[in-house]
Amino acid sequence: MAFDSWQELIWMGGYGWYVWLAYGMTFLAIALLTIHGLLTRKKLRQLAVKKQQQQQRIARRKQQERNRSKLADDSTS
Amino acid sequence: MWKWLHPYAKGEAAYRLLGHWQPWLSGLALILVSVGVIWGLLYAPADYQQGDSYRIIFIHVPSAMFAMGAYTGLAITAFIVLVWQIRTAEWAIAAIAPVGAVLTFISLFTGAVWGKPMWGTWWEWDARLTSQLILFFLYVGVLALYYAFNDSRTGAKAASILALVGVINVPIIHFSVYWWNSLHQGATITRFGDTLMPSSMKMPLYISILGFMFLTAALIVYRLRNEILKQELHRPWAMAQLGVENDHGV
Repeated sequence: MAFDSWQELIWMGGYGWYVWLAYGMTFLAIALLTIHGLLTRKKLRQLAVKKQQQQQRIARRKQQERNRSKLADDSTS
Repeated sequence: MWKWLHPYAKGEAAYRLLGHWQPWLSGLALILVSVGVIWGLLYAPADYQQGDSYRIIFIHVPSAMFAMGAYTGLAITAFIVLVWQIRTAEWAIAAIAPVGAVLTFISLFTGAVWGKPMWGTWWEWDARLTSQLILFFLYVGVLALYYAFNDSRTGAKAASILALVGVINVPIIHFSVYWWNSLHQGATITRFGDTLMPSSMKMPLYISILGFMFLTAALIVYRLRNEILKQELHRPWAMAQLGVENDHGV
């Protein structure tokens, strides 16, 4: 260990502000990039759910129309 | 090799392959960066000239290296886009550029914060710093072009042309400290002959560099998988990957 105490580690021989600022910003930048990726994924999932509901609605409507035309056919025959 | 490589031009196969790599890349990145950084911050000895301020090197050098490395990868991808027009390569442009931009930002920021106590200034318009700043703008320009068109294929092509032209900047960054008089110190690690560093500083630096390599790869792979899903969302397999079952076979 290059430092004897926590104070010395934070002080960094007088360069503490610079060293910790550099490490802090690095961590922040990578964290933001990662969070952005996770949020994109979440948004994609919501989009997929919406798309699925849309497709189900269309399928249901088609089914209803098919039933209706079948009923009409039955009544005319 | 081409026969083996060919299926990965398709979104689904590429998505699955990258999915196998993802946990290994992420895990190795986390372990190696942690070990390298903690070793560098806590256990490496102070520099006889620069004191403890030199500890910034353990993130400054790796981020700068892979800012350039990612750009080289981006240029190769751009070449593939322009010559073979492979869709996965087009999407990789959108995955690599933001990661490269963030790495370049980190290298510039940590460099400025290191420069203040050592050179007495946050910024100096010298060759190394200026060419690295241009690298940042190249990444931003590639991203802007990619998203500037309604048709994503046109955007990818335009972005690729800029990425390919901009690759000339990479050797300029690398050799800038030799070609021009620079405030920036020369290379710490040289390929030929011994490095100037004692091994107690060299080891954590090497580990950190290796860690940043995996970190860069992991971040790119994660973004590429997102981009593949985004572009293939109309296909049942992509919906299934997002946990949405498409049960009526449309």
